[in-house]
Amino acid sequence: MASPRTLLDKLWDEHVVVPASDDAPAVLAIDLHLVHEVTSPQAFDTLRERGLSVRRPDRTLATMDHSTPTLPKRADGSLPVVNEQAGRQIDRLVENCRAFGVTLHGYDSPNRGIVHVMGPDLGATQPGMTIVCGDSHTSTHGAFGSLAFGIGTSEVTQVLATQCLLQRKAKAMAVDVDGELPSDVDAKDLILAIIAELGVGGGTGCVLEYRGEAVRSLSMEGRMTVCNMSIEAGARAGMIAPDAVTIEYLRDRAMAPAGEAWERAVDRWRRLPTDEGAAFDRTARVDACSIEPMITWGTNPGAAVRVSGVVPEPADRSDEKALAYMGFEPGQAMAGKGIDTVFIGSCTNSRIEDLRAAAEVMRGRAVASGVRTLIVPGSGPVKQQAENEGLADVFVKAGAEWREPGCSMCIAMNGDRVGAGELAVSTSNRNFEGRQGAGARTMLASPRTAAACAVAGEVVDPREFTRSPVGAGVGDA
Amino acid sequence: MKPLKAVRSVAVVLPEENIDTDRIIPARFLSTTTSDGLGKHAFHDARRLAEGVPDESFALNDARAHGAEILIAGRNFGCGSSREHAAWALGDIGVRVVISSEIADIFRANASRNGILPIVLDVESHGRLMACGFETMEVDLEACEIRPEGSEPIAFEVDGFMRRCLLDGTDHLGFLLGHYSAIESFDAARDARLAGAES
Repeated sequence: MASPRTLLDKLWDEHVVVPASDDAPAVLAIDLHLVHEVTSPQAFDTLRERGLSVRRPDRTLATMDHSTPTLPKRADGSLPVVNEQAGRQIDRLVENCRAFGVTLHGYDSPNRGIVHVMGPDLGATQPGMTIVCGDSHTSTHGAFGSLAFGIGTSEVTQVLATQCLLQRKAKAMAVDVDGELPSDVDAKDLILAIIAELGVGGGTGCVLEYRGEAVRSLSMEGRMTVCNMSIEAGARAGMIAPDAVTIEYLRDRAMAPAGEAWERAVDRWRRLPTDEGAAFDRTARVDACSIEPMITWGTNPGAAVRVSGVVPEPADRSDEKALAYMGFEPGQAMAGKGIDTVFIGSCTNSRIEDLRAAAEVMRGRAVASGVRTLIVPGSGPVKQQAENEGLADVFVKAGAEWREPGCSMCIAMNGDRVGAGELAVSTSNRNFEGRQGAGARTMLASPRTAAACAVAGEVVDPREFTRSPVGAGVGDA
Repeated sequence: MKPLKAVRSVAVVLPEENIDTDRIIPARFLSTTTSDGLGKHAFHDARRLAEGVPDESFALNDARAHGAEILIAGRNFGCGSSREHAAWALGDIGVRVVISSEIADIFRANASRNGILPIVLDVESHGRLMACGFETMEVDLEACEIRPEGSEPIAFEVDGFMRRCLLDGTDHLGFLLGHYSAIESFDAARDARLAGAES
């Protein structure tokens, strides 16, 4: 009998075109290549210079999200882009997709959105696939039991030209999350706790497979949030084995297989989970039961503590520098810190479930005066659904801004940014110095926590809101 | 790709850990559609104090850093975003070698595809070099050795393929295109299998 294999082994074996040797990495076949406007123009230029074409336009899917404005088009139909360069980048993607025959979900498509929200929305992201994109948060798609990772622009060129990449197999690391997450603790809290445990370089060279009861209990949205931030632990990718939740999510999606092909695909997907007894290179354990709502205090995503906790003592000079940047002192309570901005969105937390969690807190309440609150849905379909469910009304009535889909304030390329010195609670993935704007100070948290902070005007444990109905507690409108 | 055999230059030490690619080149400079001339944005915000004046304590602002081709950085250099603009920006200011005790996976791949040698050292050797700010040293990729002036050489290991490509200036895309017929037959067989031809 064949020896037991991990999910990573199975994905790897299925896609090796030429095996690795001492002299060269393996040639790995790529099933889905997602393309956006920021990391692709130089790649298409190289194809032109070398007279190459896109080898598999049928496995290539483009959208625009990073440089795109989140304000609606002007009355004359033009886009309110932040500057001429951003507009040119968007135009170039349109031209390149047209010239090379790549399907683009641009402004004429209702599906346009953040690339890592759009792929799953459409059912383009499927178990068993290899998926790449010139974006480090491609790890998101691993939530479906695919091997999905970010690449640089040179590699974007390689995939466009050959639909393959030169790769060495990463190490497999099991992240076993034991027990059940408390009911008012979210996937974002779980992944922040995991990164705090592993450290921001703890996953370097590894593909993480999240396992255990707490992971199985997550919805697809929650699983995507977890896998999305694998890169913040330095991991090449994150993955979760497909199960009934995955299959139900994909059923009837536009690009998912249908009819007989669906049955065949499901049969294939069911064989993907790690075999009993398969060996991992490394294992980490996390206890889900003890996790509470989390928030970051420093300038990397591993610097997270409980919202109810305090700013820790610095462990080294880098921590000291982070504290100086954030303007925090060791021993201060996180709760009660006055905030200027709240951002709910990004490829980490802009899906329907995230918006529902935020709306649950904001319903019947108002954003604290002086706190700018921006809520940016991940894609056209998510926006539509949130409006149909009345969530958008909740946000607008509470005094938040409801925007068009895009990356927005997570990467602050499109004009949506946090001002210098301002303190923000953000549902995005990176609290790096200047990430949300030069001098901006970011605290990462879940949508539920971010919404609670928006209402309170300061850092607050969201359970103070979700445990008390409107009219009985803090921050009522 | 410009071949790299040996580099002799002054070394700049950036002691901070977890220097992410947003620090190397902030996102607001990514709206470009070319890969040229990004050196002017390298470490844009890290070089400056909040008021916009140059931070004299930042090593790359020091006059002694002029012409440096070797960068020695704290643990986990290049983490975060996959932007190849970080490697392009470093290449544009003349960096040919980056040394740390840990270098993020995507940055390492991006660097090596742009003629920049990423070297990961054990903590002790790395610690020794971290004390060599503005000293001249030689990095010899043929011998896989770092030779700080006036102290013992340090041996390093790199992936054999990466080494060969850097030494020869081999372009990865060209190498991959050399496998084109294998790719075509693999694809045809797999497409047929997924379409149910064998089930």
